[in-house]
Amino acid sequence: MSEAEKPTVRLPVAEELIVSTSPHIRGRENIPKIMIQVLIALLPAAIAAVWFFGLHALRVLALCTIGCIAVEVVWNAVAKRPTDTWKDGSAAITGVLLAMNLSAGAPWWICLLGSLLAIGLGKQIFGGLGFNPFNPALVARVALLIGFPQLMTTWVLPRPGVMTGLDALTGATPLALTAGEIAQQPNILSDLFFGNVGGCLGETSALALILGGLFLLARKLIKWQVPAAFIGTVALISGIVNYFNPEITAPPLYHVLAGGLLIGAFFMATDMVTSPMTTLGALLFGFGCGLITSVIRIWGGYPEGVSFSILFMNALTPLIDRCTIGKPFGYVRPQKEE
Amino acid sequence: MSSKPRKFKGGVHPNDSKALSETKPVQEAPLLEKYTLIVTQNIGAPPELVVQKGDTVKKGALLAKAGGFVSVPLHSPTSGTVTAVDKCPGPAGVRVPAIEITADEEDEWGSPFEPIADWQNADPDMLRQRVADAGIVGMGGAGFPAHVKLTPPPDKPIDTLLLNGAECEPYLTADHRLMVEQAEDIVRGAAILKRVFGLETAIIGVEDNKPDAIAKLKEIAEPYGIQVQNLRVNYPQGAERQLIYALTGREVPIGGLPMDVGCAVQNVASAAAVTEAVIKGRPSIERIVTVTGEPLVEPGNWRFRIGTPVSKAIELAGGVTVQPAKLLLGGPMMGIAQKSLDVTIMKNTSGILLIPTEQVSQYSSEPCIRCGRCVECCPMRILPATISQAVENERFDLAEELNVLACIECGSCSYVCPSHRPLNQHFKRAKAEIAAKRQKG
Repeated sequence: MSEAEKPTVRLPVAEELIVSTSPHIRGRENIPKIMIQVLIALLPAAIAAVWFFGLHALRVLALCTIGCIAVEVVWNAVAKRPTDTWKDGSAAITGVLLAMNLSAGAPWWICLLGSLLAIGLGKQIFGGLGFNPFNPALVARVALLIGFPQLMTTWVLPRPGVMTGLDALTGATPLALTAGEIAQQPNILSDLFFGNVGGCLGETSALALILGGLFLLARKLIKWQVPAAFIGTVALISGIVNYFNPEITAPPLYHVLAGGLLIGAFFMATDMVTSPMTTLGALLFGFGCGLITSVIRIWGGYPEGVSFSILFMNALTPLIDRCTIGKPFGYVRPQKEE
Repeated sequence: MSSKPRKFKGGVHPNDSKALSETKPVQEAPLLEKYTLIVTQNIGAPPELVVQKGDTVKKGALLAKAGGFVSVPLHSPTSGTVTAVDKCPGPAGVRVPAIEITADEEDEWGSPFEPIADWQNADPDMLRQRVADAGIVGMGGAGFPAHVKLTPPPDKPIDTLLLNGAECEPYLTADHRLMVEQAEDIVRGAAILKRVFGLETAIIGVEDNKPDAIAKLKEIAEPYGIQVQNLRVNYPQGAERQLIYALTGREVPIGGLPMDVGCAVQNVASAAAVTEAVIKGRPSIERIVTVTGEPLVEPGNWRFRIGTPVSKAIELAGGVTVQPAKLLLGGPMMGIAQKSLDVTIMKNTSGILLIPTEQVSQYSSEPCIRCGRCVECCPMRILPATISQAVENERFDLAEELNVLACIECGSCSYVCPSHRPLNQHFKRAKAEIAAKRQKG
């Protein structure tokens, strides 16, 4: 190498070298990246909601999202904790998921009260992201459902492509229909699949939810065991019951497509913070969710059981994790002392 | 043997960055004026000096004898004079005993032993003794005396000899170049080790990202009855336990050694050193080192004498174009960060790596979001997230119950954590705390 080409940068002196323990490199993943991808996965469902319920759906989405972020910022400010945690994107996801659990006709104060319940009661009170035992959006949904049963169980009928105004008609969720009523609606399955049904924002288009779910699976952001076990269990139980007694419950495909099963299985039960970390645990968790959902739907007092089932299994998550740790590589059973 | 790659469960796939140096043939580093040899280059007892300041020595002459069974002798990298017996910066950051040799430029051999020409028929004990006399250690990074692995207790017979050519650490290509350029030495070394154990066969495991090395080894290994098995590219494939599992399906018990499952593992560079010692009659005084990293002008692979200062190696690689933030001995996943450019190359130094500022990973204790990525990648199948929370709460008893002692410190969990939690660092602390508590009794 000639003199001219020689690099002019000198070598560092000892004081300039950083000393720390291995590993010295790190993957490119971070929390905001994960959260943004979950938001992207929710986009098809959000678009479908706006298509079927118009700008009122957009209003609910915006109110809940902004509401959740605002509650987190204010809570942290009052608690004298860092106020920039909303930038990790988790509050926005809670907001969108909360909106997905509300009707397009939900009044503004329901959205804001829901945000307060979700972020305040569901998350911040436990210490913020990572420490909440229950899915925050579901905490809010169930609290609202108990507090305002009338408001929370009447749904706006879909008006595809009509952006403004709200259909004054409200109807029951498809899950509340009896077998006889289902038989009178020949297009019901395709309506459920594409989303032309009444319900809350996230209970409409199965297609949009499946698209988002597949994106999450492809990006390895959720464990496939949870939705597979959840949906599989519901299909199996409703299938068996429907086979022996069609009077009690609808066919399995109907159970899968109607109500909150898909959004619950792909977006709520898979919440990393509140579901098991182990693979076997994820299977058990999904199975438990499916079992409880089926029992509530078929024999319970509520038409829908997805939220209750996920919250119940959230409570069991630490136990499931503990029981499914498995043995480490090279585990040796301790010798029993004589 | 099938070409379907063998593997273990778990692991991560960091960008391997081997392209910087993998095609660069090994160059001989020029003779230096001075070499500073760190006396203890092995795990185990420190060697005992047999020379004094002012002594003249030949290349290969004994400088220090083994300080016990788990110890190795140290030999002179060139001919010259012992000009100082003092302390120098060690790899762990503290100053350690060292010998300075000032070269006489003759570079004249004076090996303490002769080649064993008829090694095919030599007594296994004689071969084992030669490995001990040559001061060979595990050259993959551990620095464990090679002859100790060749001397299993009678109740732990060895039925499988494995050679580790995985080189799963990103950036490092020293073993890769060795396998391509000195395949014959590795295979003959394996044959010698085979004879020591009285085994019919041996397996060389190489990761799939080194097809040229696999092809070359296969071509040479067959007549010696040695198998070459490709391994899936997956960090930490080269970790001893993971390598044994991938090649034999056996799990080394926690706290146990490969001999507990009838295996002996040697690094490919150690096998080549065995060939040098037995067939050429030369002790372990040099090794191939990858000098690499984005800041360097010309990363590459060199054959260095032990005792070469890191600063000289960086000079050979053309110096730097940007200020590096970190200097590592070893790879980026398990290497040791250095405080001084005066630290010298040892028998277990596989790489000298400079890391630019933008790549230095900063760890912060953001909350765990329980994503489970660490659980998925942990090659030891423990729960890094849960253990790390136990350590944060200073519950070292709980960490121990959760098998933190099984952790091999590969760093995969820290690598994947989206919350950038210092998981590996937590486990190192837990292990130290548990060891301290046990010592207290």
